[in-house]
Amino acid sequence: MEAGALSNPVLRARRNLTDRIGDPLLRGLSGLAAALAVVVIAGIVYEVIHLAWPAIQQFGAGFVTTNDWNPVTKRFGAAPFLYGTVVTSFIALLFAAPISIAISIYLTELAPRRIMRPVATLIDMLAAIPTVILGLWGILVLGPFMRDTIEPALHSVLGFIPIFDGDPSAFGYLTAAVILTIMITPIITSVTREVFETVPDDLKEASYALGATRWEMVRQVVLPYSRSGMVGATILGLGRAIGEAIAVAQVIGGASLINASLFHTGGTLAAQIASQFQNSAGLQKASLAYLGVILLIFAVIVNVIARVIVQRGKIEDFQVTETEAAAL
Amino acid sequence: MDVSKDTTESAAMTESSPDPQANPQTGSGFAGPSMAVAGSAGQGSVKRNRGEGTVELMGLNAYYGSTHAVRGVDLGFAADKVTAIIGPSGCGKSTMVRCINRMHEEIDGARAEGQVLLDGLDLYDSRIDIVAVRRAVGMVFQKPNPFPTMSVFDNAVSGLRLTGVSRGELDDRGREALVAAGLWEEVKDRLKAPGVGLSGGQQQRLCIARALAVEPEVLLMDEPCSALDPVATLKIEELIGELKQRVTIVIVTHNMQQAARVADTTVFMLDGELVEVGPTEKLFTTPDDDRTEQYVTGKFG
Amino acid sequence: MSANQHSLLLDRGNLKRRNRFNKAVEITSTTAAVLAVVVLVIVVGSVFLKGVSALSWHFLTTPTALFGESGGGISNAIVGSAIMVAIAAVMAIPIGVLVAIYTTEFAPPSIAHPVRFVLDILNGVPTIITGIFVYGLIVVPQGHQSAFAASLALAIIMLPIVARTAQEVLTLVPGTLKEAAHALGIAQWRTTLRITIPTAAGGLITGSLLAVARVAGETAPLIFLSSIFGQGMLTAPGEALASIPIFIFRSSESPSSTAHTEAWAAALVLIAFVLALNIVARAFYARSRKRMGA
Ligand SMILES: Nc1ncnc2c1ncn2[C@@H]1O[C@H](COP(=O)(O)OP(=O)(O)OP(=O)(O)O)[C@@H](O)[C@H]1O
Ligand SMILES: [Mg+2]
Repeated sequence: MEAGALSNPVLRARRNLTDRIGDPLLRGLSGLAAALAVVVIAGIVYEVIHLAWPAIQQFGAGFVTTNDWNPVTKRFGAAPFLYGTVVTSFIALLFAAPISIAISIYLTELAPRRIMRPVATLIDMLAAIPTVILGLWGILVLGPFMRDTIEPALHSVLGFIPIFDGDPSAFGYLTAAVILTIMITPIITSVTREVFETVPDDLKEASYALGATRWEMVRQVVLPYSRSGMVGATILGLGRAIGEAIAVAQVIGGASLINASLFHTGGTLAAQIASQFQNSAGLQKASLAYLGVILLIFAVIVNVIARVIVQRGKIEDFQVTETEAAAL
Repeated sequence: MDVSKDTTESAAMTESSPDPQANPQTGSGFAGPSMAVAGSAGQGSVKRNRGEGTVELMGLNAYYGSTHAVRGVDLGFAADKVTAIIGPSGCGKSTMVRCINRMHEEIDGARAEGQVLLDGLDLYDSRIDIVAVRRAVGMVFQKPNPFPTMSVFDNAVSGLRLTGVSRGELDDRGREALVAAGLWEEVKDRLKAPGVGLSGGQQQRLCIARALAVEPEVLLMDEPCSALDPVATLKIEELIGELKQRVTIVIVTHNMQQAARVADTTVFMLDGELVEVGPTEKLFTTPDDDRTEQYVTGKFG
Repeated sequence: MSANQHSLLLDRGNLKRRNRFNKAVEITSTTAAVLAVVVLVIVVGSVFLKGVSALSWHFLTTPTALFGESGGGISNAIVGSAIMVAIAAVMAIPIGVLVAIYTTEFAPPSIAHPVRFVLDILNGVPTIITGIFVYGLIVVPQGHQSAFAASLALAIIMLPIVARTAQEVLTLVPGTLKEAAHALGIAQWRTTLRITIPTAAGGLITGSLLAVARVAGETAPLIFLSSIFGQGMLTAPGEALASIPIFIFRSSESPSSTAHTEAWAAALVLIAFVLALNIVARAFYARSRKRMGA
């Protein structure tokens, strides 16, 4: 008798006891873990500002626009590194975004299935390569190639533009930008490819049936449908490029003044921290932490934007399916 | 502009009904079984002076990998008439229809053999561009599929835009297509609203407008009402009655009443083969083949 | 039948231009994909070709040589990396899965959404910043670097990866399974531990392996959390330990070509480990998706 079993006081007591502890315990533990994630974020913000405090007090907001980094005169500014971060990330994005979209178009619309799977996996593998190895490759393979081949070629053709003027060198903004491109292309590609794969086949068929060429179908259906996903992926890639410290530190050359030539050595926020934080003290260390504060602000803004865009895209899609459901 | 239900039905049911736009039948020899191709573009026709919209399948075979889905079909579709295709699920109706606008070959591993002639010209001829085929042969799908990122109007002219029509002409032809699809009155105040915000039936008519806007010769409809309620279905059926004056219509349907209501000619398929084709009334009342008889009387399938 | 009656089919209008443009896009896309694969082959190929010559049993089993001497290996770096990554995994994986359990099983949307948001932000924090955080939190008060500090930083980097992938797989567990358990009167926590988690196990393992692969090559925070270490084979997490990423980083910046060769060899070891983990993770993922019928 079920009712009998349930009303059996022994059984009920035993079940209730463990469940009375187990349920709230799991709920409490997991809630605590979630709270920990929030605490970590808050701790990061607090600690970085805390370490930067002497520099924040000393330099204030002028830090951002000071084009100097001189441990001897104790004058520190973020401008050279902000410039380097913006320039290298922007160039990387300029190449990586269209390349990633092109690769995704190839993988989802052109490649036969038996090619698509392995190539997609290979590109995901490229995303998994540790950045220190990309940096090593940048120092020993890419850098010399940039200095001996790419940069002289750019210089001879476009040398009249200041950014392509100057002596070719193995290390500098451009080499760093190429490494960042190689680093973020697979990251952006994995996301855009996944987004492209969610485009419903019936929409693609509708477009083909109207007499669209493959590209026209992509422009008419795939790209608009994936817009928010693509933008989100690109911004996510941008976040990674901005925050990359090691590979950039390895190939950018470590100069601490703005230089107009892309061939010239320079620095980025993250790379400067990576190369100097260990061997610095006092105001210089605080200034490096101040660079960290700026970098953190950048990273958070970029990620919030990416997330909001992706989220909004999801909500739009959801509304579509809802109206569709209501219609049927 | 509303055609009453009765008029539509009688026009569809009896092939020789006094439809004002009906054309004198002109027989033409071709390799199809037991059927004469009928219809030609007459003076009163909306049709522009291009092809006539007669479709002939000759020895059509279609495969998915090793699956032989359409087996040696010879069949003609008369211009300016509605032809319904019926048959049990999986018999190859969709596959056959998708060979007419060459959508079949979009599927990985799928291929087709044989000829599909549109006004005597083989659509599988190497000189003919697949994109031109799709423009000449429009298609409406089972589930309404307006482009979710486009407004009502942009949906209607989405095919037209590809052809490089000027802006000014776009407005006129978009409106014309929406009028032709019987949707204009309902959407003229919300042309800029998202196409997916319409009701299911409206969405399907929007898809019909989208297909009509590029002025195809032939309109393929693969179970266009199966996702719609009865009222929306009725609207589409009425529309089909009107549209046959401008395009040849091939409609796949599971609903035999629907075939009876809208089609001039009905084709019965079984296991990838064509079993019987004839005037709708005859096919449903006195079919020649036993299997057709069994199917239309609901004894199998 | 006159030719102009076939105008739709034969008169191509703007078709020539459209097809040409389409061809151009197709070629561009294909080229882009080929380029990506070529770059992968060049990078991995360089590592392999240049690393394999220096790779030997001796190299893998000998600690790094004293400064100025040659003939050392990376055994201390391998062990150090293993210790740091293991401690990080022990911290991050259970907590990450718990966070996922909280957001998918307990929290109302009004809390689950912000938590996800925080995890995404945490995932976007540059790893060098995480390093600064742990530096201020542990190294400054303790006055010295330690493998444990590095592990904590790696754990913080792993946490959002584990939690987000776990959330994804936990939401994939069919609701009918959980409902069936509830209908039998089984308590929430039992359902979660006995039904939800085992069903999602493959996916949870995938997320954890990917997170491990990600931090195994992580270098930035180690530079100031565990980079000043003693000679020989060290294993105490309370002090700074050698690691493969730091070994590669140091050697890559050295002007010596022997150091470069050793860097390639260490890179080969690291890349092989990371790619192998990725492949295993994918296998688990494919299996668990099949199991959940997704
Ligand atoms: N994409 C595909 N890949 C492989 N086989 C397919 C595919 N589509 C259809 N088939 C097979 O081809 C045959 C014909 O299918 P088709 O879709 O043409 O039938 P149908 O008559 O339209 O059926 P329904 O009435 O259910 O729509 C079936 O046996 C089906 O299993
Ligand atoms: Mg079908």
